[in-house]
Amino acid sequence: MNIYLNGKATDVPDGLTIAELVAQRMLNPETIIVEYNYNLVKKECWDGIVLKENDRLEILRFVEGG
Amino acid sequence: MRDVLEIGGKQITNRLFLGTGKFSSNRLIPEAVRAAGVQVVTVALRRVDMEFEQENIAAYIPEDCIMMPNTSGARNAQEAVRIARLARAAGCGNWVKIEVISDNRYLLPDNYETIKATEILAGEGFVVLPYMSPDLMVAKKLVEAGAAAVMPLGAPIGSNRGLKTRELVRILIDEIPLPVIVDAGLGRPSEAAEAMEMGAAAVLVNTAIATAEDPVAMARAFSLAVAAGRLAYLAGPGESVEYARASSPLTGFLRD
Repeated sequence: MNIYLNGKATDVPDGLTIAELVAQRMLNPETIIVEYNYNLVKKECWDGIVLKENDRLEILRFVEGG
Repeated sequence: MRDVLEIGGKQITNRLFLGTGKFSSNRLIPEAVRAAGVQVVTVALRRVDMEFEQENIAAYIPEDCIMMPNTSGARNAQEAVRIARLARAAGCGNWVKIEVISDNRYLLPDNYETIKATEILAGEGFVVLPYMSPDLMVAKKLVEAGAAAVMPLGAPIGSNRGLKTRELVRILIDEIPLPVIVDAGLGRPSEAAEAMEMGAAAVLVNTAIATAEDPVAMARAFSLAVAAGRLAYLAGPGESVEYARASSPLTGFLRD
């Protein structure tokens, strides 16, 4: 199934949740921000969201900047 | 008497704000913060790079600092608003530095989009500090829009060219009832001191510190210059005149 992960078409297994994707990519949940179809979703909700075809997922973090 | 800058209900005694970009190692950031006594630190928000593991910048910012996310990367008001909302929802407090830029060569801010973003975010309870080109009418509109301060540039971002916008910044300081924080372009502590002597409320410095040979020492140098400039402003500099005025008595010493 295709989703748009940080703007890039990405193939992911059917039935994958946001929490599973975060774990699979070995991202630290404490340091990232997840926007799902333009809505921010809190960590506690990642488990309950099953990704669907063509979903848009943005995974962001704070970085250095002036 | 304590000289305090109040913004968004916070009391700030150190008027050097520090940007965290371009340090050769993130480990230098807390050292620079401590050496300079900095209280306000800026960060940015970006997509995670899935290919490379990245460090968590928040881990390098002392907890008692105010972390101010910027909206760099935003090309219009709508994008700036989106970034600000995400940053706040991520637990980054309610301060935001609005930065809307679509000019890639000089990185000059889009004042029009900046006003729009300021109005929306101030309405949502953000403490909004807009980065702007020093234009009096724009600054007045930012006041009306609910900005907590205005942040005119001294010179293009990262240029280390100094306070090139001096006369325009002076007008803002004179006319705008909000703190005027000179942001961008200051390359040397003396330039920061000059801005403070003019009556700037604070300065935001990044490149000049981060790219110095010894960033920690340079942070301290900027902090001292900012404090000296502020003290000079409060002390009220004497007038400057065309011709000499003797500092010693003009009566003769050995002659009549």
